[in-house]
Amino acid sequence: MTDTILRFEGVNKAFFGVPVLEEVTIDIERGSIVGLVGENGAGKSTLMNILGGVVPLDGGQMLLDGETYAPRDPRDADRAGIAFIHQELNLFTNLTIAENLFISDFPRRGPAPIMDRGRLRKRAKEALALVDLAVSPDVRVERLSPGERQLVEVAKALSVDARIIIFDEPTTSLTTRETERLFGIIDRLHQAGKTIIYISHILRDVMRIADAVAVLRDGQLVAAGPVSDFSINSMIAAMVGREIEQLYPDRTSQPGPEISLELRQLSKAGISHQIDLALHKGEVLGVFGLMGSGRSELARIIFGLDDFDEGEVLIDGQPVKKLSPTRNIRNGMAFVTENRREDGLMMEATVADNLSLAALPAHRRRFVNTVRSSAVASAVTDSVDALSIKVHDAFRSEVKGLSGGNQQKVVLGKWLMTKPSILIIDEPTRGVDVGAKFEIYETIDRIAAAGTAVLFISSELEELLGMCDRILVMGQGEVLGAFERAQFDEEAILRTAFREHVA
Amino acid sequence: MTSHRLTMPVLRNMPAILFVLAFALFSFLDPRFATFTNFSNIASTSSFVGLVAVGMTIVLLTGGIDLSVGATMYITGAVIGLLLQQGVPMLPAIGAGILAGTLWGCVNAFLVAWVGLVPFVATLVTLTMGRGLGLLITESRTFILPKEMSYAASSYLGIPLPVIVFAVVVVAAVVFLRWTAMGRQIYAMGNNVEAARKAGLNTRRLTASVYVISAFCAALAGVILVSQQGMITSGLGQGVEFDAIAAAVLGGTSLFGGVGSVFPGTVIGVLLVQMISTGMVYLQIDLYLQDMVAAVVIFFAVLIDALRMRLLTRLERRNIRVEKGSTEVETAPSSA
Repeated sequence: MTDTILRFEGVNKAFFGVPVLEEVTIDIERGSIVGLVGENGAGKSTLMNILGGVVPLDGGQMLLDGETYAPRDPRDADRAGIAFIHQELNLFTNLTIAENLFISDFPRRGPAPIMDRGRLRKRAKEALALVDLAVSPDVRVERLSPGERQLVEVAKALSVDARIIIFDEPTTSLTTRETERLFGIIDRLHQAGKTIIYISHILRDVMRIADAVAVLRDGQLVAAGPVSDFSINSMIAAMVGREIEQLYPDRTSQPGPEISLELRQLSKAGISHQIDLALHKGEVLGVFGLMGSGRSELARIIFGLDDFDEGEVLIDGQPVKKLSPTRNIRNGMAFVTENRREDGLMMEATVADNLSLAALPAHRRRFVNTVRSSAVASAVTDSVDALSIKVHDAFRSEVKGLSGGNQQKVVLGKWLMTKPSILIIDEPTRGVDVGAKFEIYETIDRIAAAGTAVLFISSELEELLGMCDRILVMGQGEVLGAFERAQFDEEAILRTAFREHVA
Repeated sequence: MTSHRLTMPVLRNMPAILFVLAFALFSFLDPRFATFTNFSNIASTSSFVGLVAVGMTIVLLTGGIDLSVGATMYITGAVIGLLLQQGVPMLPAIGAGILAGTLWGCVNAFLVAWVGLVPFVATLVTLTMGRGLGLLITESRTFILPKEMSYAASSYLGIPLPVIVFAVVVVAAVVFLRWTAMGRQIYAMGNNVEAARKAGLNTRRLTASVYVISAFCAALAGVILVSQQGMITSGLGQGVEFDAIAAAVLGGTSLFGGVGSVFPGTVIGVLLVQMISTGMVYLQIDLYLQDMVAAVVIFFAVLIDALRMRLLTRLERRNIRVEKGSTEVETAPSSA
């Protein structure tokens, strides 16, 4: 006999007439860890937002301990003992950890609305101890690393004494070690009898920690059951609705002999140390490293966003004295940043406006400099087709309404429209579902075959092994090693990356 | 690295340093400047702008703006003038004036928090409409106030009344912002509205409150200014929004929300602006030049502030490797 703590019953939800959830019915057993998986846009986040009181449902109902549960706002969810750790961190960087933890429920001193800072600090310390975070509660959140911030979020969820805890993609910005720590905490919560809903694209993790799995596809529940009924392959099959034979496309080209980008002994105090790098025409060069190894920082220096102290940079064999984004773009360089929401997209603008942004200078009339809109429009249409961006109307739909995978394709498409000769991509598949990932990989292969030199930065070693001609391993701002495709060896690469940490 | 140890505190406390520098400069140029009387004068004349600036700071912390403060001051003054003319005693008249001004802030609160207008537009509307309303009810008359209304000239223990009112409001604002849940939630909302909503904060109520608070401060400022001037003219409070915003920004409050403080921030900003205009009077700078000089000073102060923020973010960026020969990990001010 099962003991159901929460039941979604025929839940429906539509945004602007487009259904995102249709007749979803799920039973969640008390004290279990349920892995909720599905492609981006499958409706996982919407379902959880309904549970968390962020958005209302259109039809159906939720039963909590057998009773109707209809939260009007996140506070109601709090009171019902439902804690939600959102995918994008919801911390206030200008406040201290302690203030963040109790922002909606400050301890008071007596009847006056004056807060009791002593008790605040004490309770914050207790909460931080639960997640093994040894930082003073008076530290401002802006000084914490992404991993530490995630742990503060977890501490915040635990501090309200929740019965059901939702984790939405909690590991995307964590290092391997921080992920292990988080799993340890989830395990402890599980043993304490909490019910956990765990959303992730990393199916390996779901297999490892979940007791049960629910798969959503296009707003419908397509599979559910104990984790033992699933394998990673069967989960993927349920998610995409077909078997995926391979996760990576075959590479169709070889790197050319010419060097597009060369760094010689590039150094920047505190950031990079004597970096040597040669990126060939048509090559996909992977840069692997743990969080904080200096990969993204190096990319920023190359693109001219940050300066460097010593060393030389050559583009197409020509030494470049000073790097600036404007000059780099003119020289055919493009940079797909790791953080699409903040750095890569204008969320409120249309898909077309985003796509055409970087290529506008190439589409202007001579002398008068006005934009040739018909040429831009056809370029946008081509781009939407080439990348199979799923959007209702590229000229009218806002980017923020797209799923993560399609947003990422827009960022990529924006830079591809400038026909770059050097493309830097930083974590291009983070938070992107399996289907969209494959399409992004195909695009990378296609442009490499057309002669573009690609610098592929990632913390997912598997995708680098699948896509790259060569992999550089970074750590502590240095290049620790390089591997040719023929000698790719997951273990050796990981050992190289961890070198500094083991010592 | 060692030079950073010095630059950091200097950059952080730039408003205070500017304040001391300006004070030293004026005192050096004219010995009459550095007297208690003069300083008490500066504090007294700046308290009405200061009151407005305190309310403005709280609005700016949410990422909003309140352009209507001058109109609020005028409505307050107009109501007081009309009531006094009808023979209503002084205290009830003042109370009614403050109430009227605060109610005008409720219009802002309604427009921004419930109708969802952009604060800039909403308060621009209430600025124009408020002054129009004041003109309508007073038929643009000027009221000469009876002698009993010059209470602002009185002082207790040698401290002018306006300064006392200003100080009390500053203390209340500091306690409110630092020690109450609502105060901290205002900072939180200014940092990230979406996250505030998800954390279950009542963002609508918070937004509404700051406009009411701002209007209350402006109404108090109106009462002080009316008493100092001894009459109520249709130009009452005109342009005060510029001074108040300038003072808040000079004191380090960000126009984007989430960053800033009433004390020392805005208080220093207000005193700095007032000190410069008083200083120019002492130095007998051409009256027609004074506005331009004040604008240039504010421009440079804000420019320095922008540069300072840029430098601060660069200095505070985390290093990912420790260079040989350096024992310092990141920037640790505590080890200094």
